[in-house]
Amino acid sequence: MSGFLAGLCVAVLPLLAAGFWLGRRTARPESLGGLGSPVEHATFQTLHTASLAAPPLRAGLTEETARKAARKLRSLLGTDALCLTDREEVLVWDGAGAHHRSEIMERLAGPLQTGRGEAFPLTCSVPDCGVRWAVVAPLTVDDRVHGALVACAPRESAVLVRAAGEVARWVSVQLELADLDRSRTRLIEAEIKALRAQISPHFIFNSLAVIASFVRTDPERARELLLEFADFTRYSFRRHGDFTTLADELHAIDHYLALVRARFGDRLRVTLQIAPEVLPVALPFLCLQPLVENAVKHGLEGKSDKCHIQITAQDAAAEALVVIEDDGAGMDPALLRRILAGEVSPSGGIGLSNVDDRLRQVYGDEHALVIETAPGAGMKITVRLPKYQPGVHSAGRLTDG
Amino acid sequence: MNSSYAVPAVALVVVATVLVGAFGLRVSRTTSDFYVASRTVGPRLNAAAISGEYLSAASFLGIAGLVLVQGPDMLWYPVGYTAGYLVLLLFVAAPLRRSGAYTLPDFAEARLASPAVRRLAGAFVVGVGWLYLLPQLQGAGLTLTVLTGAPDWLGGIIVAVVVTATVAAGGMRSITFVQAFQYWLKLTALLVPALFLVLAWQGDGAPRPAFDEPAAFREQRSVRVGDSIDLRLERPLTVTVTGTVDGRSHDAARLRLAAGTHHVARGTRLVFDRGTAVPAGARGTDDALSPSRAESRSKRPLYATYGLILATFLGTMGLPHVVVRFYTSPHGVAARRTTVAVLALAGAFYLLPPVYGALGRLYAPELALTGDADAAVLLLPDRMIGGVGGDLLGALVAGGAFAAFLSTASGLTMAVAGVLTQDVLPSRGVRHFRLGTLLAMAVPLAASVAVGGLPVADAVGLAFAVSASSFCPLLVLGIWWRRLTPPGAAAGMLVGGGCALLAVAATMAGLPGDGALHALLAWPALWSVPLGFLTMTLVSLATPGRVPTGTAAILARFHLPEELRNERAEVTP
Repeated sequence: MSGFLAGLCVAVLPLLAAGFWLGRRTARPESLGGLGSPVEHATFQTLHTASLAAPPLRAGLTEETARKAARKLRSLLGTDALCLTDREEVLVWDGAGAHHRSEIMERLAGPLQTGRGEAFPLTCSVPDCGVRWAVVAPLTVDDRVHGALVACAPRESAVLVRAAGEVARWVSVQLELADLDRSRTRLIEAEIKALRAQISPHFIFNSLAVIASFVRTDPERARELLLEFADFTRYSFRRHGDFTTLADELHAIDHYLALVRARFGDRLRVTLQIAPEVLPVALPFLCLQPLVENAVKHGLEGKSDKCHIQITAQDAAAEALVVIEDDGAGMDPALLRRILAGEVSPSGGIGLSNVDDRLRQVYGDEHALVIETAPGAGMKITVRLPKYQPGVHSAGRLTDG
Repeated sequence: MNSSYAVPAVALVVVATVLVGAFGLRVSRTTSDFYVASRTVGPRLNAAAISGEYLSAASFLGIAGLVLVQGPDMLWYPVGYTAGYLVLLLFVAAPLRRSGAYTLPDFAEARLASPAVRRLAGAFVVGVGWLYLLPQLQGAGLTLTVLTGAPDWLGGIIVAVVVTATVAAGGMRSITFVQAFQYWLKLTALLVPALFLVLAWQGDGAPRPAFDEPAAFREQRSVRVGDSIDLRLERPLTVTVTGTVDGRSHDAARLRLAAGTHHVARGTRLVFDRGTAVPAGARGTDDALSPSRAESRSKRPLYATYGLILATFLGTMGLPHVVVRFYTSPHGVAARRTTVAVLALAGAFYLLPPVYGALGRLYAPELALTGDADAAVLLLPDRMIGGVGGDLLGALVAGGAFAAFLSTASGLTMAVAGVLTQDVLPSRGVRHFRLGTLLAMAVPLAASVAVGGLPVADAVGLAFAVSASSFCPLLVLGIWWRRLTPPGAAAGMLVGGGCALLAVAATMAGLPGDGALHALLAWPALWSVPLGFLTMTLVSLATPGRVPTGTAAILARFHLPEELRNERAEVTP
């Protein structure tokens, strides 16, 4: 018998979990009970139905969202048939009398032009068709007509005309919100585009100056450095894709450090410890290089002796853990907090706050930079990169190592 | 068996695993040379890691046991376990890598853009993982019992604790190196003793194991019955009995048992004469698990064989710990090369267990009687070679067996814990990952203590059947069919995988005693895989409006080699 129980446990638990989740998703709030008087109950019902119809509409007016919302809207109005259209065609017909589709579209030409509601009887050759009369209420966003809500009924009803108008206005508000959502997404995308690939101008001047200093004394070295510089700028100015792989980003950091070493010589020591498993992880383009640049700056700042930078990338289940640590001057945490919040502009480069912003936008707030620092105690920056995030794909192919 | 060598060997394997896992990376990769540090994992290393994680207790112990009991029909197991990678290579490997998905739920989300399907896939990953972990823990228990006589559950608990501790502590940092190391360890642990065993067999005059007739004792052999069993005799049998047979106790009495079924109580010692055919044993009624799985197989071998072939061929692609390793490949072509290398490595390994099975039938036939056939691999070196040499080889095999439990169990635990943390527990983070690890291990551990006694290779076969009925349709249709919709995928996984899961539960519970129904439930893949495919296809066709937007772009990304994608991007900036 114990075997029976254990067998059941093993096999049924996942199913139970799935069932529980499905149940939670589809749970009807009516079952909460204790809703007081019938009026209160009806109010609650109406609000609940409306709230169920809202999420699909918030994605804009398409065939799929219209299909999801139409049933809820019909139960909200209590009519026999409800139809949602855009400017050209019927998106969805919920309920009886779907053969009126083409007729409705013909009759809609006027209301779609004027943006004013209308009610009219339908001509029908089907003998026992329950749909004889239609109310048209246009859906307007920013004073432009996007489509119409059509409610059909067996006979004329003034209540339905008023109700359809109200529901159409409510739907219009949802569509306006959808528009707002879309422009917000566009804004974020534009912001990401604006944020990316801002390599520090100081770095370009310094690199060129260093290369220039080698041109006479050591032309071969100057040539190598120039090539490193070319590789680095090619990477940072490349046009396609917002994302890269950890391996490519590390190569870019290598080119960057070669140029920095040419300037500072033996004062800079870098060690790396990279788990090969995380090299294919996709990440926002140029989001580690600024951190290394920051480490170099802080490491060499106010110190005449050597500086040690350690870069580690570890495999942590579904995430890659990247840590960049220097033993330099460190920083006052309060000041750092204000820099990250954008209240104070940092002394040089756009560095940390830019990276922090992009990580938050791509992965969400829980994947922002974690910085441990104090004056004189160096700085340790930790980045947690999910191995998979919807919409994050590296554009290029990994270089074979 | 002498445990004075085996126990240190097992301990050594455990310690080596933990150490390589924790420090392997630090030793080999701390450098200031970017070229060295950012070298990606080559196909061969990755293939060794995949094989190391894949070759489980079922491969190491189970196949030999099955060949011992049932003969060469069971060679379909190693064939199936290997051929699964061929299907993976042809249909899944490169597109899966190009999808950028790390786990199977990730793939579901990447392809169908539906969080609901993602969670369903997560639930099945947990289910398959638990089903697969169960035999690993049981195998560990069996190994430790054979080695030291410790109680059945102890080995399972040791493996569970070691794995949970290392995974939860963030141990397996350099997992690719650990698993590759485990592969070579396992191969050595089977190959070296096998060479010596074959030499011993040659020295014995190379007797042929005759599979078509019942195994026979080659010398007088005394067998102690550990658990009460029912002996089923075709012919009368003469044995010397010390203990209780059919309710009557004997003391070294010579007994002639008539044809029919006889109940032998626990602790009884039977002495068989040389040349006696080994009778078929069946566990007594005190065990809920019916061993009739073996019988039903001999009754309808064709159906069972096809069920097995389908489950193993198509199930490999849905094993959570295997899929995760493909992420390490830098691109699709490397993923394909890795799969080819896995085919070679796994193929080489699977040549060995059947050797143990065949030799076991010659030299340890009584294992078929006591139901501990899975122990054949462990016992053979002692039986055939003996002395210090036999003990040392036995210790090597035992160490290899523990490597098998540890590597597969840690891979599975990480996969299951990852899904639990990401999709089930409320928020992500290190603490929740530890909680997930604990949960991932606790359930199969409890089940293994409660269930006990299912043949290891059979239990793994059930996990394969569930994986084949749920993930195979999702992956194959997801990669190759542009009209797949989220409702279709969800319905297909629920119907195919759910049916397989229920059939597995019923089988493990021993519900349908015997006959055709039992065979259908014990080998569900033959009907549940087509059912899953059919449901997924039909529901997808019925919901044409739900094809995710951007499907064409996603499929192009799955199938276009990465260089082409790059060029295209540069042509049209």
